[in-house]
Amino acid sequence: MDLQAMTYLVVGLTFLLYFGIAIWARAGSTGDFYVAGKGVHPILNGMATGADWMSAASFISMAGLIAFKGYDASVYLMGWTGGYVLLAMLLAPYLRKYGKFTVPEFIGDRYYSKTARIVAVICLIVASLTYVIGQMKGIGVTFSRFLEFPYERGLFVGMGIVFFYAVLGGMKGITYTQIAQYCVLIFAYTVPAVFISLKLTGNPIPQLGLGGTMADGTYLLDKLDTVLVDLGFNAYTNKNDSTINVFLLTMSLMIGTAGLPHVITRFFTVPKVKDARISTGWALVCIALLYTVAPAVGAMARLNLMHTVQTGEVGAPSGNLEYASRPDWFQKWEGTGLLAYEDKNGDGRIQYYGGSKAFEAQAASFGWKGNEMTKVDRDIMVLANPEIAGLPNWVVALVAAGGIAAALSTAAGLLLAIASAVSHDLIKGIFMPQISEKSELMASRVAMAGAILLAGYFGLHPPGFAAQVVALAFGLAASSLFPAIMMGIFSKRINRQGAVAGMLAGLVVTLVYIFWFKGWLFIPGTEMAPNDAAHWFLGISPEAFGAVGALINFVVAYLVSMMTPPPPERIQHLIEDIRVPRGAGAAGGH
Amino acid sequence: MSQDRSPQAYWKANLGLVWICLAVWFLVSYVFGVFLVEPLNAIRLGGYKLGFWFAQQGSIYVFVVLIFFYASRMNRLDREFDVHED
Repeated sequence: MDLQAMTYLVVGLTFLLYFGIAIWARAGSTGDFYVAGKGVHPILNGMATGADWMSAASFISMAGLIAFKGYDASVYLMGWTGGYVLLAMLLAPYLRKYGKFTVPEFIGDRYYSKTARIVAVICLIVASLTYVIGQMKGIGVTFSRFLEFPYERGLFVGMGIVFFYAVLGGMKGITYTQIAQYCVLIFAYTVPAVFISLKLTGNPIPQLGLGGTMADGTYLLDKLDTVLVDLGFNAYTNKNDSTINVFLLTMSLMIGTAGLPHVITRFFTVPKVKDARISTGWALVCIALLYTVAPAVGAMARLNLMHTVQTGEVGAPSGNLEYASRPDWFQKWEGTGLLAYEDKNGDGRIQYYGGSKAFEAQAASFGWKGNEMTKVDRDIMVLANPEIAGLPNWVVALVAAGGIAAALSTAAGLLLAIASAVSHDLIKGIFMPQISEKSELMASRVAMAGAILLAGYFGLHPPGFAAQVVALAFGLAASSLFPAIMMGIFSKRINRQGAVAGMLAGLVVTLVYIFWFKGWLFIPGTEMAPNDAAHWFLGISPEAFGAVGALINFVVAYLVSMMTPPPPERIQHLIEDIRVPRGAGAAGGH
Repeated sequence: MSQDRSPQAYWKANLGLVWICLAVWFLVSYVFGVFLVEPLNAIRLGGYKLGFWFAQQGSIYVFVVLIFFYASRMNRLDREFDVHED
């Protein structure tokens, strides 16, 4: 069977599975729609959280970034796992004890203020929407490749499927579907990695293969360093980014992980407080399975790519791949516009090399007139990887299905968080308390549709690779929601005024900093300064600025609270109550 | 004199545990994986440079262990202070 037919078959089968589950577990009530009842086992909840969590950014984009940035991409690995430690110790058990539906609901009650609740809704929508944009980019890339469309049309197909899918079921449908999606995506990620690791190092466990030796006896990572440096790229295992940037970006991603509403909501659904703690652990186990394989995927994909293009000795005329005999996957990706080649020196061969000073003169002496792989979108690496390695078609098809599962499950979870913030917190909680359950569900579906359209629009002009867009979303969550929730639990002194001022300060400063370098509302041409290290404040990239925003949030909240009266007595009791596990009722009591 | 079993003492014990766990969390990721990555890279762990290993593998394993450690210690604390559920 050819690749196209195989892909339709595998993707089609997985879809049948998801839709089947979604219909079987349809949400009956608003309670079901927002949280999946309390009967979800911690391990299953961990798997669903894993699927919810691991998005197109983790599945498609992250290993691609690792492949091209090497050590510097460790920020994503540490950042997106370390946040679970914060979640388990600082938020999850207490929010479970509190036992309501949404994050803004907690913030509104703890800070005894509708204003605080509205501000939390705004923060939630801004962060989640940015996150959905990142998913849309991933969905667009996947569909464009496998339907052999241009990127834009791939994106539209993806939007349609997400809409149909997320609107159909609520959280209950999503939880069971996500368990299935976790299985699909982890299988799809691991299988090619095992094959490739075996091929390159003889070791079937990718985590060990990455530290293993190749057929010629050299360590794989050493080999990769040599190959790259010989072609004028940075050494793979060296740190090239500034320490402050690496530090702040990791911090931003960790705090953002703990502050993202669609993940926090997960821990409202477990039966008990102690399950909330252990569920976080299981979630991280499920996530770590992919995250410890990703570095191997990245390094091996890069090595295979280099070997595909640089077939022989560097500098020898026949050492480079002839464009006419480029492999099939190369042509297919060119069709999507995400991979581009330009024959700068007119020799009909592909020269792919980096811009290090030391290599410049050498390249010129070979008659090379510049890097000819003019575009290699990082987001294509994971999808192209099995083809580059020459794996069988069914493995390639499986990876497509996995990528779609990852993007869909996360988009659905995020859309649900946005929908519940709009319908439950804004409409029912504040503007129209008398609204019927039916109208509330209707409102949440309309909100979802609106969010998909907006995200699709931005997906047409994404402000970066999927993982980078997602990193922005984390910065926004880190600077706005996390500090407000954490202080709400750990401090009895932070009051309404402090929390509102803190959230607004954190969100606005971070958002303005991002727009300053990426364009207002990401519209190209409206940026105020070039997006490079020389113009950044203290050399901090927009992706990393969320950690600074979080700090501003904490400081502003503290100072404003000190200048205004402390929270009332009943709030002090509320805080004391959420700090002890005993007496946790079922989630969702009004 | 019997030990203090008040909610305040429970909270203090919890905070102590959180501080220890977060110190380890910070050490493996930020100290080993970022600040000291270059000196640690001089040491090798098979084909891995040690700093690189902490940044791309080791820190993640430690995070998993930390959460399970915290969860089990908290379950014990809940019982000691008689604040456990059911």
